[in-house]
Amino acid sequence: MPDRKDDVYGDHISHKFNDELMALKSEFLEMGGLVESQVDRAITALVDNDGHLADEVRATDKKVDRMEVDLDEEATLIIARRQPTARDLRLVISVIKMVADLERVGDEAKKIAKFAIKLSEEGQAPRGYVEVRHIANHVLSMLRDALDAFARLDSAQALRIMKEDKRVDEEYQAATRTLLTFMMEDTRNISRCMSVMWILRALERVGDHACNLAENVIFMVEGEDVRHTPVEEAERIVGP
Amino acid sequence: MSTMNPAMTREGEMADENRAQEQVEAPAETIIEEGTTVGRPFSDDPKFKLRNVEVFYGQDRAIKNISLDIGRNEVIAFIGPSGCGKSTFLRCLNRMNDSIDICKVKGSLALDDQNIYDSKRDVVELRARVGMVFQKPNPFPKSIYDNVAYGPRIHGLANRKSELDDIVENSLRKAGLWNEVKDRLDATATGMSGGQQQRLCIARAIAVSPEVILMDEPCSALDPIATARVEELISEMSESYTIVIVTHSMQQAARVSNRTAYFHLGHLVEVNETNKVFTSPEHDLTESYITGRFG
Repeated sequence: MPDRKDDVYGDHISHKFNDELMALKSEFLEMGGLVESQVDRAITALVDNDGHLADEVRATDKKVDRMEVDLDEEATLIIARRQPTARDLRLVISVIKMVADLERVGDEAKKIAKFAIKLSEEGQAPRGYVEVRHIANHVLSMLRDALDAFARLDSAQALRIMKEDKRVDEEYQAATRTLLTFMMEDTRNISRCMSVMWILRALERVGDHACNLAENVIFMVEGEDVRHTPVEEAERIVGP
Repeated sequence: MSTMNPAMTREGEMADENRAQEQVEAPAETIIEEGTTVGRPFSDDPKFKLRNVEVFYGQDRAIKNISLDIGRNEVIAFIGPSGCGKSTFLRCLNRMNDSIDICKVKGSLALDDQNIYDSKRDVVELRARVGMVFQKPNPFPKSIYDNVAYGPRIHGLANRKSELDDIVENSLRKAGLWNEVKDRLDATATGMSGGQQQRLCIARAIAVSPEVILMDEPCSALDPIATARVEELISEMSESYTIVIVTHSMQQAARVSNRTAYFHLGHLVEVNETNKVFTSPEHDLTESYITGRFG
């Protein structure tokens, strides 16, 4: 646990309240780290044709689910016991929402692992892995940065992640077009290319969740809800 | 809870309690510029217009250049740590401070654009318009009926017994007490429960048809059920009265008020919509106080 003096959630009169908030924060980051490694390992399993690793990813998803339930329970208890206000309230509310996003990212990793097993059983690596690796690296760095922005309460970094989402969407569109070309070249590619399409779709969703995390970080830090608002509005709120 | 933190032991709790005994100081580096209040201290339709108000107890300046509007039919909550001046400021609004010899009030304080501190002002009339409910229920040692009828009698608000009966019944009804006491109006008021006594005091304040009701920690001596009744009453009364409430319960301020004013060491630091104050306050001191970082 971080030193409470260095933590903005660690300077309440009540030490127990400090401990509860900081435990919530650090356990959320732990879940974030786990989910991030789930996506990373699912992609590695796919690219390396490693069915065993993919099985592990699918099994570990249960742990992610468990953490979601635990974190929700802790957040509920903090509300019941402490009636948090202002930045404390925003932390608790954001964690409740972000935990749901992390759990969904975990589901996407599980989905990718499932396709990795399917594709490895079919033998011969299909085309499109270059695109997958590229988008995976991009969304993984967004996820990492979002968790980092949460840990450091860095709304400027969160804003950069929100802007990244558009680029992921463009890359996803481009990759889809490439795969369509492969399918048109040889209809025997269709089944495998469709699997890769689903993987790309899962990664694009991971990017969306990273973006949701970033929006919640901005709410947590700035106290303003930037969901469904133009980027310019978010820029105004976060400031230079 | 499966992920219970090991630090949360009984010892931790005890350390917690010990620390809560101390008066925790506000962060020293925060400097408040006198006379500046962040947020929305002014109103489009003010009942009270208070400008550059200063209150002295002898040489001590308890209120430091505060300007604030209290809107018509608004519920405004004053919060802040002990000794921040919120009660002192409240007591200026119906000149309750007059009874303290060393207390001096400066600045401009107007109720409906009329100077409250005008030397020709009838203070009794002022206090009939601006009623007050105190922390401890303080019924007169008389019957329930006489407690409510006292004000209307001395102000000559009723010509006949039946008129007085109506005023008593209406006031008790508005205070949510009628059904509990209608069969024992002659019983002595001091025999009632604390919550009933407090609602009786509210009925007594209402009986003289005030425009404003000042409440100085009205629920701090009441149990949660009685508190809920009084809060319910506040929200009902807000339709026809302007209500100023001083409270130490942040949750109460959050529940009952439209605007919240945060006082600190005699300064008015922030006034904002209550919803804003408790989710994203503007001033660091407000934030630190309401989140339990000092107080």
